[in-house]
Amino acid sequence: MSSSSTRPAPAGTDADRARGPGVTARHERGTTAGLLVKIALMALVDAFGVYVVLAAWAEESFGILWAMVALLVAANYVYFSRRTLPMKYVLPGLAFLLVYQIYVVAYTGFVAFTNYGDGHNSTKEHAIDALLIQNERRVEGTAGVPLAVVADDGGTLGFAVVVDDAVRVGTAERPLEEVPDAVVDGRVIADVPGWTVLSRQEVLARQQEVTRLRVPVSDDAEAGSIRTQDARTGYVYRSALVYDADADTMTDQVTGTVYRPNDRGQFEAEDGTTLGVGWRVPVGAENFVTAFGDARYAQPFLRILAWTFAFALLSVVTTFLLGLFLAMVFNDPRVRGRRVYRTLLILPYAIPGFLAALLWSGLLNRRFGFVNEVLLGGAEIGWLTDPWLAKLSVLGVNLWLGFPYMFLITTGALQAIPSDLLEAAKVDGAGRFRTWRSVVMPLLLVATAPLLISSFAFNFNNFTLIYMLTGGGPRFADASVPLGHTDILISMVYSVSGVDGSAPKNYGLASALSIVIFLIVATVSAIAFRQTRKLEEMS
Amino acid sequence: MAAPTPLAAAPRPASAAERPPARNRMGARRWLTEIGWRHVVGVVAVVYAAFPVVYVVSAALSDGGTLTGSNRLFAEVSLSNFRALNGTVFWTWMANTLVIAIATAVGTVLMGAAAAYAFSRFRFSGRRAGLTSLLVIQMFPQMLAFVAIFLLLLGLGNVVPALGVNSKIALICVYLGGALGVNTFLMYGFFNTVPRELDEAAKIDGATHAQIYWTIILRLVSPILAVVGLLSFISTFGEFIIARVVLQSERNWTLAVGLYGWVSRLLEANWGLFAAGAVITALPVLALFMYLQKYIVGGLTAGAVKG
Repeated sequence: MSSSSTRPAPAGTDADRARGPGVTARHERGTTAGLLVKIALMALVDAFGVYVVLAAWAEESFGILWAMVALLVAANYVYFSRRTLPMKYVLPGLAFLLVYQIYVVAYTGFVAFTNYGDGHNSTKEHAIDALLIQNERRVEGTAGVPLAVVADDGGTLGFAVVVDDAVRVGTAERPLEEVPDAVVDGRVIADVPGWTVLSRQEVLARQQEVTRLRVPVSDDAEAGSIRTQDARTGYVYRSALVYDADADTMTDQVTGTVYRPNDRGQFEAEDGTTLGVGWRVPVGAENFVTAFGDARYAQPFLRILAWTFAFALLSVVTTFLLGLFLAMVFNDPRVRGRRVYRTLLILPYAIPGFLAALLWSGLLNRRFGFVNEVLLGGAEIGWLTDPWLAKLSVLGVNLWLGFPYMFLITTGALQAIPSDLLEAAKVDGAGRFRTWRSVVMPLLLVATAPLLISSFAFNFNNFTLIYMLTGGGPRFADASVPLGHTDILISMVYSVSGVDGSAPKNYGLASALSIVIFLIVATVSAIAFRQTRKLEEMS
Repeated sequence: MAAPTPLAAAPRPASAAERPPARNRMGARRWLTEIGWRHVVGVVAVVYAAFPVVYVVSAALSDGGTLTGSNRLFAEVSLSNFRALNGTVFWTWMANTLVIAIATAVGTVLMGAAAAYAFSRFRFSGRRAGLTSLLVIQMFPQMLAFVAIFLLLLGLGNVVPALGVNSKIALICVYLGGALGVNTFLMYGFFNTVPRELDEAAKIDGATHAQIYWTIILRLVSPILAVVGLLSFISTFGEFIIARVVLQSERNWTLAVGLYGWVSRLLEANWGLFAAGAVITALPVLALFMYLQKYIVGGLTAGAVKG
């Protein structure tokens, strides 16, 4: 990249070298224009980056802060230095790859070895705050303070209270803060600047929200909060638990029990009782042990594992055979209208997969579906509700979805086989069948094997089909976890993770299962690719 | 598949009776055993492939909108289901999906092509290692890490709400995380087929690397850009699990999440709506697919899988 710009633009060489992707530079335009565009783009990137850094500082998210600083430094160095030419083209994609792929993969690996999930949702500090808040009780013997329910422009509820003749306002998120110039009429707060004082009716309409609202007295969770039952008088609530930071213990002031942190990320008393909110701690390989050994998970897990293999393998085999059969049928130049056939046959492939799965779930509906009601004359066959029929249906629908793809690739592979090979086989006296077995099939397999392997990997994780067609059901009758006969590993991960709220969250176990899936797919692919290479060498 | 058989049977005798004597110089009997049966298989296969599509079109055009009511094919033809869509969030979902899928496709093409250009044209330390690590990284499907993605977005959302859970921008960013990987390889191979002499000539004429990239290379590799953009569009269009985890409020949903919601909640009552929505949803993808059939078939054999 020696800079030999023919135009004598003053900043020419610099701009030429530094112009990165995302800059539409046209040959005719002067190079200064490119430089300006680059500076403008970098200014935008830097502005955004600084905003993120400041916001992260305010939220005390130091991980995000340092990551952003690193990205910013890298971006500015890459686009303003002369020695980083290749990186100018790689960096944008690399940045996204680092954050949204490499980091999440690494983070999956980390979470797999923790007990992250319900009851262990966050750091120890957050758990302590949450415990203090959850165990708040009204402080005995304190008088109530005059209170009014207020709302801001966005409708967020807050309380205004009179403490020491001053009006203080706060919401669930913002601790009490003094508001000057508020109007207090006896014990009634009449007007608070910047807030709307809710009328009786409005309070009644949002009664549940009001009685549940907790306005912290200050940033310190131990200072307690203001709550109300009647929307007129507020009481100070303080936690029955006291956290002693030096000794690292929680003490229940009512019973006097002392709780100490255990290695499971919970506060534990001497008699073994634990407090409800814990924090996440590394638990070693426990999640993996749970998957393979715990009575609740192991049995469903092993059944699901077996079905996942069967599903992925059978899907590839059935779609490949049907696709190959059709490809053979139409691999004869004397058949007229082959283009029309091909266009119609790839219809299922051109329809988004999720639509097809949803459509088939209607077609196969037990009572009203087209298949039962029309094709089978009103039979009520549980295509999606009987354990074995559901498996068959999943495979059948996947056959419908997948055969056009195999049809296309096998057609391509068949046409790529040189005809002199076939003639040579004929000359050597091979019959039709022998030619197929010894010449066509090996060549075909070599050509399509990588695609078959990726098809296997794809079906191994074909979440959309399973989730939309059967939702993993019918449920295992004997399992306590929400898993079913057609669940594959990835849909099991989804259920176990609890992100849709149907089950208790268990991010740790879900991540561990993700890792297991990855290891299986990677191993199977590696073995299969090695076998293919052998096949390639043979032919 | 008993009902559509009369339809299926119709074209067969016709073609068997008329065509062979005229076009092929062989007896009807021989024609039947060598070619005619292929048409039989073809027609059966086409019926198999197309009948759910015919059914969904009929259900979309039915008047009732229930699952049972949709079983008599084309018993009545009305647009009531399509009109009913206007009273729902369907068009919002459609807009969301198109915005997300197009943004992802454009971003994927730009970033993938830029990376492929660097790997194909420049020699730098770490080039081999970079290519190899890309190959390894892309083996881990992003969807497997949806828990970690969710947790990451929870953290990011505290700092920048637009990058957090329930944001379309965040979802696009997540999808762009997979922009390198397979696509770079697909493009890298294609970029290598463009002769380097072209670059050198341009360089001698005084073109800069950026000018070579934007005005020469990108034009020459436009077929692969189309394929990558299209595959990325289609797979984003139908992506479900990450969209479902990330987008939480109904107005932000994509079509996959939204239509699933209709069918899973009230399959019987919403069927007509779903069918109409499905027809509209399938049309853009179907049209693209048919239009670019040749490209896609080529792209498929280059190693891409439908997502």
